[in-house]
Amino acid sequence: MSLNAQQIERYSRHIILEQVGGAGQEKLLSSSVLIIGAGGLGAPAGLYLAAAGVGTIGIVDGDNVDLSNLQRQVIHHTDDVGVEKIKSAEAKMLAINPDVKVKTYRQWVKAGNIRGIVKDYDFVIDGTDNFAAKFLVNDACYFEKIPFSHAGILRFDGQLLTVLPGETTCYRCIFDGPPPANAVPSCSQAGVLGVLAGVVGSLQATEAIKYLLGLGGLLTGTLLTYNALSMDFRKVQLNRNPDCPLCGKNPKITELKDEEQIVCDLNNCEC
Amino acid sequence: MNLFVNGKNTDITDPLTVSELLVREDVKMPQMVSVELNGQILKRSAFETTRLKDADEVEFLYYMGGGKCL
Repeated sequence: MSLNAQQIERYSRHIILEQVGGAGQEKLLSSSVLIIGAGGLGAPAGLYLAAAGVGTIGIVDGDNVDLSNLQRQVIHHTDDVGVEKIKSAEAKMLAINPDVKVKTYRQWVKAGNIRGIVKDYDFVIDGTDNFAAKFLVNDACYFEKIPFSHAGILRFDGQLLTVLPGETTCYRCIFDGPPPANAVPSCSQAGVLGVLAGVVGSLQATEAIKYLLGLGGLLTGTLLTYNALSMDFRKVQLNRNPDCPLCGKNPKITELKDEEQIVCDLNNCEC
Repeated sequence: MNLFVNGKNTDITDPLTVSELLVREDVKMPQMVSVELNGQILKRSAFETTRLKDADEVEFLYYMGGGKCL
């Protein structure tokens, strides 16, 4: 693949970076990233990956845009309320950069479908919003050996971990399974600062691009925690856990299964 | 003794276990926390019995979901 004149102009600020150059940009254009969840994390990740010229971007989400999403899910606009999130996200990514091919999956990830989706991608971004899905993404990427970026956000806090499956600390090395339902904060205690999702989702896109280009150091074996109130970023070194039920010495998880989804304890929850 | 709790130097006078440290640090929902002690994830079943010693490095790692309910 060689860059045409328009592409050389479009990606000029990448190309003049010594560590990227024309070769790096061509690499991005021939790479693929899957974003699971077109929500708060997936929105900035999708926009930046499209702008960066990642050639193929997959987006998975079974939901439609809701008015309450717009406070943080910046890939969706007011006119998109009621529209399928994948369609709304696809339109914005293509509007930013028609070079990009977007593949849409209108579904929720489940044990029965996720491996078939992730296997075609170079890197996966976990932009899901519940623990069952987060463990499923971790496990599916482990079995398919696809590197991924985990992230979680709550209120004013965010965390990130990049996983090279079988080589570096996985999500289950740290958390062996979903938390008990009665311990999870309810809607009334939860909420999230909108821009926090933007910061953390953009960091996930950064990890994806660095991985694709083989640049710098990744957040592997390292949990990055961020608090928006104190503006503290901390890197916590985390070794692989020999007792990890997935990638440890005696794994208990040998095939994918759906974790029970913990549902909100408030009736008629709108969040 | 001195502990490093989430990177902060914490002075402790009495001996204590990981469970007691969770209480002391005012962790409201210990079920939402994984504990790393000196670079290794500690089994939840060992929180009660693991006694901390001088210069131990303890990290409380919180479960964090998404921007939805959880």
